[in-house]
Amino acid sequence: MHPNSDHLHICTVDVGKETLKIVCGAPNVKAGQKVIVALDGAELPGGIKIKKGNIRGEESNGMICSLSEIGIESKYQSEEDKTGIHVLGSDAKQGEDPIKYMGLDDEVIDFDLTANRGDLLSILGMAYEIGAIYNKKVKDIGLSHQEDDEDINKTFSVDVKTDNCKLFLAKRALNVKIKESPDFIKNRLIASGIRPINNVVDISNYVMLETGQPLHFYDNDSLKGKIEVRMAKEGEKLTTLDEVERTLSQDDIVISDGTKAIGLAGVMGGLDTEIKEDTKNVLIEAAIFDGVKVRLTSKKIVRSESSNRFEKGLDPNRTYMGIERACALLEKYADATISQGTVVYDKLDKEDKKIEITAEKINNLLGSNISEKEIVDIFSRLGFKVNLNNNVMEVLVPRRRIDISIPEDLIEEVGRIYGVNNIEGTLPKVPTIPGKYDKKTRNLRNKIISLGLNEVLSYILINDQEVQDFTTDEFQAVKLLDPMSEDRNTLRYSLINSLFKIYEYNVARGNKDISIFEIGKGFYKRDEKYGEDLKLCILMSGEFYTGINSKKDVDFYIIKGIVQEVLDSLGYENRYIFSPARNASEKFHPGQIADITIQNRNIGIIGLLHPEVSQNKVYVCEINLSELLDIKTGNMKYKEISKFPSIKKDIALVVNQNIESSAISRVIKKAGGNYLSGVEVFDLYEGKGIAEGMKSLAFSLTFTSFDKTLTDEEINPIIQKIIEQTGKEFGATLRQ
Amino acid sequence: MKEKIENLAKQAKESLEKVTNIQALNELKIKYLGKKSELSNLLKEMANLSQEERPVIGALANKVRKDIEEKIAKKEEEFEKRELAEKLEKERIDVTLPSTKVKRGSKHPVNRIIEEIEDLFVSMGYTVESGPELETDRFCFELLNLPQGHPARDMQDSFYITDEYLLRTQTSAVQARTMLANQEKTPIRMICPGKTYRREDDATHSHQFTQAEGLVIDENITLADLKGTLEIFAKKIIGENSKLRFRPSYFPFTEPSYEVDVSCFKCGGKGCNLCKQTGWIEVLGSGMVHPNVLGMCGYDPEKYSGFAFGLGLERIAMFKYGIPDMRYLYQNDVRFLGQFDR
Repeated sequence: MHPNSDHLHICTVDVGKETLKIVCGAPNVKAGQKVIVALDGAELPGGIKIKKGNIRGEESNGMICSLSEIGIESKYQSEEDKTGIHVLGSDAKQGEDPIKYMGLDDEVIDFDLTANRGDLLSILGMAYEIGAIYNKKVKDIGLSHQEDDEDINKTFSVDVKTDNCKLFLAKRALNVKIKESPDFIKNRLIASGIRPINNVVDISNYVMLETGQPLHFYDNDSLKGKIEVRMAKEGEKLTTLDEVERTLSQDDIVISDGTKAIGLAGVMGGLDTEIKEDTKNVLIEAAIFDGVKVRLTSKKIVRSESSNRFEKGLDPNRTYMGIERACALLEKYADATISQGTVVYDKLDKEDKKIEITAEKINNLLGSNISEKEIVDIFSRLGFKVNLNNNVMEVLVPRRRIDISIPEDLIEEVGRIYGVNNIEGTLPKVPTIPGKYDKKTRNLRNKIISLGLNEVLSYILINDQEVQDFTTDEFQAVKLLDPMSEDRNTLRYSLINSLFKIYEYNVARGNKDISIFEIGKGFYKRDEKYGEDLKLCILMSGEFYTGINSKKDVDFYIIKGIVQEVLDSLGYENRYIFSPARNASEKFHPGQIADITIQNRNIGIIGLLHPEVSQNKVYVCEINLSELLDIKTGNMKYKEISKFPSIKKDIALVVNQNIESSAISRVIKKAGGNYLSGVEVFDLYEGKGIAEGMKSLAFSLTFTSFDKTLTDEEINPIIQKIIEQTGKEFGATLRQ
Repeated sequence: MKEKIENLAKQAKESLEKVTNIQALNELKIKYLGKKSELSNLLKEMANLSQEERPVIGALANKVRKDIEEKIAKKEEEFEKRELAEKLEKERIDVTLPSTKVKRGSKHPVNRIIEEIEDLFVSMGYTVESGPELETDRFCFELLNLPQGHPARDMQDSFYITDEYLLRTQTSAVQARTMLANQEKTPIRMICPGKTYRREDDATHSHQFTQAEGLVIDENITLADLKGTLEIFAKKIIGENSKLRFRPSYFPFTEPSYEVDVSCFKCGGKGCNLCKQTGWIEVLGSGMVHPNVLGMCGYDPEKYSGFAFGLGLERIAMFKYGIPDMRYLYQNDVRFLGQFDR
């Protein structure tokens, strides 16, 4: 013992070359043990560096290690190993590599398998695959064992009552001795990520890894001489071996002892019939259950190595092989006596699958030039027999290749073994025809970018509480059945939701000048039908023009200008109307929100967000492109220009503040007659010199004639008429 | 008289030489050439001269007048030039001050890649198709050889709206739409870029992402054609020196199926942290259209064959522009977006 500690031991350790003094705190350290030692300078998993030093005044030249300290996960360790150092066998030699001694120096290769190659979920399957690639034969695995004189069929029966089980085999192993598995079994299980338990349970897992066939072992004496396979009754209860009581449904396949469920087929056994420390006799089950049913049940309970293999599909020949292999191993490593015979329920075809194909068909699809002889050779490497009949190959595919059922599957195999990288790339031999795409969206995007906006890409999923924001349109929101989070449980209707989130994200990161847009979809349900519209959304806030003496914050008229420019460039010039919104969402400033219409069709909305939504001024516009682009535009066409110069005249009219300029413009146009070729508002003035509640609007009028230069004598009466008409309709007076 | 004129000429010449500004010059102009000027007065006195003297004096007076006029004009031009030069000098600005800027817009990197891909394939005779994002089970799965119960159509992995409707998990849904829409069953060459959705969210997967799908159907379309087409794609979109590697894979709607790797954009295949030392980066899935898919969509699999491919565009954008984190593409920081402005 250590003089200054009641739990530290001072050990003298023979490390082969020398004898060292090492202080150890493990409770199970004893003289005469063979142990794992990390020497001065060693680095252990987890980055611990071993250095010579003093522990409470005593010299220590290394560390005696537990399994955890050399990087073995605790789930693979025995109870003793978990609480102290690991004690090696007496045959271990001082100075040797303990990892090698324990058989843990195997190389582990991880494969990422495709979903259709369930046959590779076994060492045997891998061996066939590697054999095909390297052109080598695969050795058989040992199945032979003794059997006693009493046929299991006399005392045991299987009754399958569902189509979801097509093959069920049972054998019995008597008088097993439960103990620890031999090291090679434990180590191979650990390397495959399975925790060793005892020799019997380990054998069932070991055979699954070898052959791909999941097995289930029952404590035979807990059974009633009978097994039934059926669908569970709705609400039926079963306590599984993880000690959880499960409530089953009609979609779960269960194993029953004739009175009650004792296991969930292919997923997990029941607690009552599991292998225990004192189990004497074992009933071995090897079966094939429906993959879809097993998958659905396992998703509710637990996904396991076993359920995964049922899902991917199994070879019935392996079911027979697996059960025999288990008997051979139980006899050898658990001293079992195997009862004679097998209880068999079998509705499956075990013969090779026959598929006909020709070399021509193979080469036609691959674009290759592989000879018939090479093809036959590839098939034989894969273990497929070929009967040649003229040019037709009848290929016999073993059942283990569950993925192969049509000629194209064989073509894939040929391409795979031949090597796709050995096939020269070509281009389709097809007539030259021009490709095409809808340029409208792209032109629109480029136009808006040229106007200075940044394009964004946003998520369409939003919270259901937000989906009615920014719109008063009638629709039902489209909600997900099973969202990943409440934040994203509904499909957006308006893109303003998405862009406003992006705006907030930017503001939070200190970005103030934000002019962004997106072209994307909004979704809805109307009249029991789902639909989606392509929409353009623009959001602008902060400064738009910047520079010396030219800073300008975004206002309604800037975003309106952008939108007009966009609509004009699409060919809708002079056809759209901006009018105060009739029924806008309360998320908008009630006085700065407008509908955009073309031919009485509402195509969008434009305005300022309500100060309660955003204290900063945020202007948005959303246009329904599905609606807009449905409105036809004429072709671009030359319009005659006058040979005579136009004349411009300005007038300022004083009107009531709430009269819209567009209404006045319309009256001016009507009163102006043929010579009036343009009306534009160029100034708005309120304040000094203008009566309270009134405003002054200045119009620039352009007069053009196609056959003469107009004179004041001709224009003045028109202006008089304009003033009279606007006076009559709006009470407008000429500003003095 | 002659003497008077010569004196006048001399006096005018002297004062014009001394004049320094335009106002003074204008005064001199009035003084020497105005209606009430000395010269005008002298010329009025010409009537009193004799027949002999008159032409001589007249000629002299005219010459003097012309001289003065010329000198004044010259001075005027000189002053105007000087004045303009002074004005221009006053208008001198600091050209190094920042310009007045209209904001410069930018195109989202993912849409840039979409447009590049569209342009490439349109140049090879493909049409660009589109389809709904809120798709039916039939187009998204059933017609793509993923029947009910197939693990790849797990409810957990897709955003279902009802039993029938879901957000499309792949642009492949447009394959079936395009084939069925083609009533005459004529050959097809199409690509379809678009948004897709899957029920996953982690560092390398976003629940919303962008794919582009390609489909070619005709008589005698081969795997070699797929390979050649994708080689052009890699050279034009990813980089002139890109190499491809085909790995056999499994997709229900193609048979044979291949995952395609491209030589690492960063290290060119030598091995680096981007390609995890493998030299290759997985970019797309592809294969020969499964005969069941052709059959279900009305194309006789005995007569027609085809290839299809699909790729994730976020990855391509990230690699192409060196964007280290996929989330940047969906955060939309304007400082990020503004970089894609060429």
